Amino acid sequence: MSERKAIATRDAYGEALVELAAKDERIVVLGADLTNSTRTEWFAETYPDRFFDFGIAEQNMLNAAAGLSLVGKIPWVSTYGVFVAGRAWDQIRTTTCYSKLNVKIGGAHGGISVGPDGATHQALEDVATMRVLPNMTVIVPADYHETKKAVTWACEYIGPVYLRFGREPVPVVTKPEDPFVMGKANLINGGTDVTICNNGPVLREAMEAVEMLKEKGISARLLNVHTVKPIDREAIAKAARETGAIVTVEEHQVMGGFGSAVAEAVVQTHPVPMRFIGIQDRFGESGTPEELFEEFGLSSRYIVAAVEDVIKAKKR
Amino acid sequence: MVDQVKVKQLQEIAHRIRCDILWTLAHAQSGHPGGSLSATDFGVALYFHAVKHNPEDCGWPQRDRVIFSKGHVGPLIFSLLAASGYIPHEELKTFRKIGTRLQGHPNMECPGIEVGTGSLGQGLSIAVGMALGLRMDGKPNRVYCIMGDGENQEGSTWEAIMSAGHYKLDNLCVVLDNNGLQIDGWVEDVMGLQPLADKWRAFRWHAIEIDGHDMAQCMEAFDQAREVKGQPTVILAKTVKGKGVSWMEDQAEWHGKAPKPDQCRDALQELACPAEYFDF
Repeated sequence: MSERKAIATRDAYGEALVELAAKDERIVVLGADLTNSTRTEWFAETYPDRFFDFGIAEQNMLNAAAGLSLVGKIPWVSTYGVFVAGRAWDQIRTTTCYSKLNVKIGGAHGGISVGPDGATHQALEDVATMRVLPNMTVIVPADYHETKKAVTWACEYIGPVYLRFGREPVPVVTKPEDPFVMGKANLINGGTDVTICNNGPVLREAMEAVEMLKEKGISARLLNVHTVKPIDREAIAKAARETGAIVTVEEHQVMGGFGSAVAEAVVQTHPVPMRFIGIQDRFGESGTPEELFEEFGLSSRYIVAAVEDVIKAKKR
Repeated sequence: MVDQVKVKQLQEIAHRIRCDILWTLAHAQSGHPGGSLSATDFGVALYFHAVKHNPEDCGWPQRDRVIFSKGHVGPLIFSLLAASGYIPHEELKTFRKIGTRLQGHPNMECPGIEVGTGSLGQGLSIAVGMALGLRMDGKPNRVYCIMGDGENQEGSTWEAIMSAGHYKLDNLCVVLDNNGLQIDGWVEDVMGLQPLADKWRAFRWHAIEIDGHDMAQCMEAFDQAREVKGQPTVILAKTVKGKGVSWMEDQAEWHGKAPKPDQCRDALQELACPAEYFDF
């Protein structure tokens, strides 16, 4: 996998905004002193009249975006996931979501792979706090192409959207021609013994796990579920029925996030044993992304172990 | 100078709005009288003098935008919308009841409401975004935001004030209902804000201080605000919470408590409201 080109999903986001803005003059971008990190500086340089810096004041930025949407703009708000989905949550809830406004939120630096900055800057709860909100759509693209498609989709859709991006370059594993349908999972690998449901750029670990499992004689289905809300109940129910066990993989707290969304679908359609790969009710810490994936149990070998464990539970 | 005939007309409308507020509360037996009555006079000056709007078409692109950041004053907001012709007067009886368009705090189900409000400290930021968006399109529409004074305790309010000053939003006008009271008591005792006008000025706003119950002053303030260029305007309207009902005036307890039916009758009598307001 190392020979594949690696690009951070935040880069794809920054690129997509510049490209889409050329075609749609309603697109405006709001920043909170993190225009370089969120890659929105590319938009700001290209369209200075359509970019607004709100300084280090996220709550105001979110509702200013709401106001811009009410006069016909398509505002993209960008800062780190922790600052937007935490600090400005009440604004997102009570203004954007309650009034179903056309506000697009780019939550950057999602997950533990943010690395050395440590716990304060690693968004590990944002998917949970966003998906609980009525009218909100939550998408975590896995790579470059998927991110570009998700941003394009979000610009066309009318309503609140939370898109989460990662800081670190990740392999480009999807193809430009792969379908992107909001709310529909993509099958990455067919399999019959177990299904791995992946969310976000941690996909490379899930793909590696599939290969490692193949060597052990285990046939693992891999679903890349980019949309956390609305969750693809149909594909998940089918996976539960056909493979009899599910492991979820996400770079987020296992409580309330993607794994929980999958579990909600599973228990209401076809209950089967499940295991959850993700952050296990802890705060993050400093380190390289690789070290942290080991420390927090997100790397491929942990996914393999979870699969072996859930298959045992299935046979009981 | 404003037209004295018009001042008289607006004073009469304000009187009817106070009757509507109490009538609405009498039917709902729930809601916020104090701040509704303090904001009535400048609210009437706003809707019947300052704002360009079309109640026949609440999506009219040329309309000015009004945001009640103090969304708890539903009895006033919906009375103003009814008097303007956005909703039938009879509908005021449904306020806060199951299935109503007139929610406890307003939302976009009700014609004439631009955005749902009620969580304090949020409205001005929305107004800032609207003003920015309208200005970048070269549109002449103005944006009005009605705030409470207690709301100035919210940190997000100061973020919004700072950004409006920074972006020189002269198409934005705030009216601050400076009644000096909040739920827990006098604003100055709970968490002091004075000197409030100086604070806004320090954040690059043009501040106008008026008697918020003097109709001519309210009208003139809106006219003056329209002429200010290069900075947003705040009208600090000195008001009395519960204005018009003697036993409610300056009483914090009437912030969020509806008067009982017999108290509503007392209040309507004191205001000399017409007979049709006594139907509950």
